[in-house]
Amino acid sequence: MRHPEPAAWPAVSRQRALYLRRRRRRACLIHTCQIGFLVLFFAQWELSARLGWIDSFILSQPSRILATLRNLSQNHLLTHVGVTLYETLTGFVLGVLLGAGIAVVLWWSSFVSRVAEPYLVVLNSLPKIALGPVIILLVGAGAKAIIFMALAISLIVTVLEMLAGFRATDPESIRMARTFGATKRQIFLKIVLPANINTLFNSLKINIGLSLVGVIAGEFLVSKAGLGYLIVYGGQVFQLDLVMTSVLILSVMAALMYESVAVLQKLVSRRFGG
Amino acid sequence: MEEILRVEDVSHTYQAENGEVNAFEHISFTVRRGEFLSIVGPSGCGKSTLLSVIAGLIPPSGGRVLVDGAVITGVSPHIGYMLQRDNLLEWRTILNNVLFGLEIRRAKTPQNIERAERLLKTYGLYDFRNKYPRQLSGGMRQRAALIRTLATGPDLLLLDEAFSALDYQTRLTVTDDVYRILKRERVTTLMVTHDIPESISMGDRVLILSARPARVRELLSLDFGPGRAPLACRTHPRFGAYFDHIWKELSTDETS
Repeated sequence: MRHPEPAAWPAVSRQRALYLRRRRRRACLIHTCQIGFLVLFFAQWELSARLGWIDSFILSQPSRILATLRNLSQNHLLTHVGVTLYETLTGFVLGVLLGAGIAVVLWWSSFVSRVAEPYLVVLNSLPKIALGPVIILLVGAGAKAIIFMALAISLIVTVLEMLAGFRATDPESIRMARTFGATKRQIFLKIVLPANINTLFNSLKINIGLSLVGVIAGEFLVSKAGLGYLIVYGGQVFQLDLVMTSVLILSVMAALMYESVAVLQKLVSRRFGG
Repeated sequence: MEEILRVEDVSHTYQAENGEVNAFEHISFTVRRGEFLSIVGPSGCGKSTLLSVIAGLIPPSGGRVLVDGAVITGVSPHIGYMLQRDNLLEWRTILNNVLFGLEIRRAKTPQNIERAERLLKTYGLYDFRNKYPRQLSGGMRQRAALIRTLATGPDLLLLDEAFSALDYQTRLTVTDDVYRILKRERVTTLMVTHDIPESISMGDRVLILSARPARVRELLSLDFGPGRAPLACRTHPRFGAYFDHIWKELSTDETS
């Protein structure tokens, strides 16, 4: 037989096995390099500090960070992390809900969205941190002001991102739903929303980062606790180990939050057959 | 035969930024139950708009459309409308795609679901009911889209260039397929197309429209004898004569 049926082939052909092995090896290599780079970075940092190539008073060093971390863990470290986490998550959830809500309204009414357009453009490019003093006077110096700041920074981006996604929904799909007499509500729930699951998650991912930026900026301005507070405090008393430690904890926090969104995205899109 | 669709002196003018456009005017014709009517016309003559008016998606500027004796004022549950692309929703399984129309009409009753499943079984898609659209071939997707429309049990089916997005070979087989399904389910069909052979191979009659503002130029009855099939029609001795006739009707319009 010159052209055997695919079923006549062994379960996996040799070329296929080779291809799969190559792919696996490549993925493995990428992971190894990623971790290796991190290890190398910290090793180089420690070494440079010990050999006196860099000033470890300013740039700190991994061993000092570890010591600080140990010291902090007896000194309310969890409280600081908890405060920042709480503020970030609150700002994030509020930003996503409000942003999605506003985007839905703007999608629904082209009149409202035309009216809002110039304001959105200006608000988007405005540095929201400039509003810091006003926010503090308005809602008081405390966690509320910080959450408000996170919201101010993430909200407009969420609105614009989601609205763009909603508007990019395939018009032919919407037309198809119309031929069955779909109402605007049905079109939104059954076409636009499921078509934008990925947009939604992408804006969640951006939002996590922005909320964190907002919270840290807010904590710089007003706070009695939180990682942003530790950074400012550390800078003021020349304890730069404290600053570096906080920055490192922040990076880990950001990575974990981003990863949870990514995992959630995977779960949801599997449910939607994506 | 009993009349199912009556188009009475329908005109449509739409407003564009740079002026009024007269899409078509004074169009009248009737369609009998079980009939297949093809509509051809020069490109841009408003064929699709005419279909949208009949479907109740656009109110006409003048005249009226009656289905089963009732004037159409909005999207009617008696009418099924199939667009150029299958528009299957990628995040739904084939079964859930097929049930989409029923869901929108809030008619997902056990009987209707059973009817949809029967259609899937009859037309060879039942084994694929839990697959996603991207796992199906173009022809199968189009069939699924047809079943989605038929599942709502329309008396009148409107096809808007429903096959033009398919490649030529798939198109010929799908045409045959769809024709067989429609005749078997006894669905009255109105098909807009720019493909003259397609209009002849499927239609019992062909409505020829003029250039914009479109008017009815001719309503041509075709006779291929009983038991015709679209693909076999193409080799029928009369096919060429019909083609020449329609071609001439359409091209005199363009040169004038």
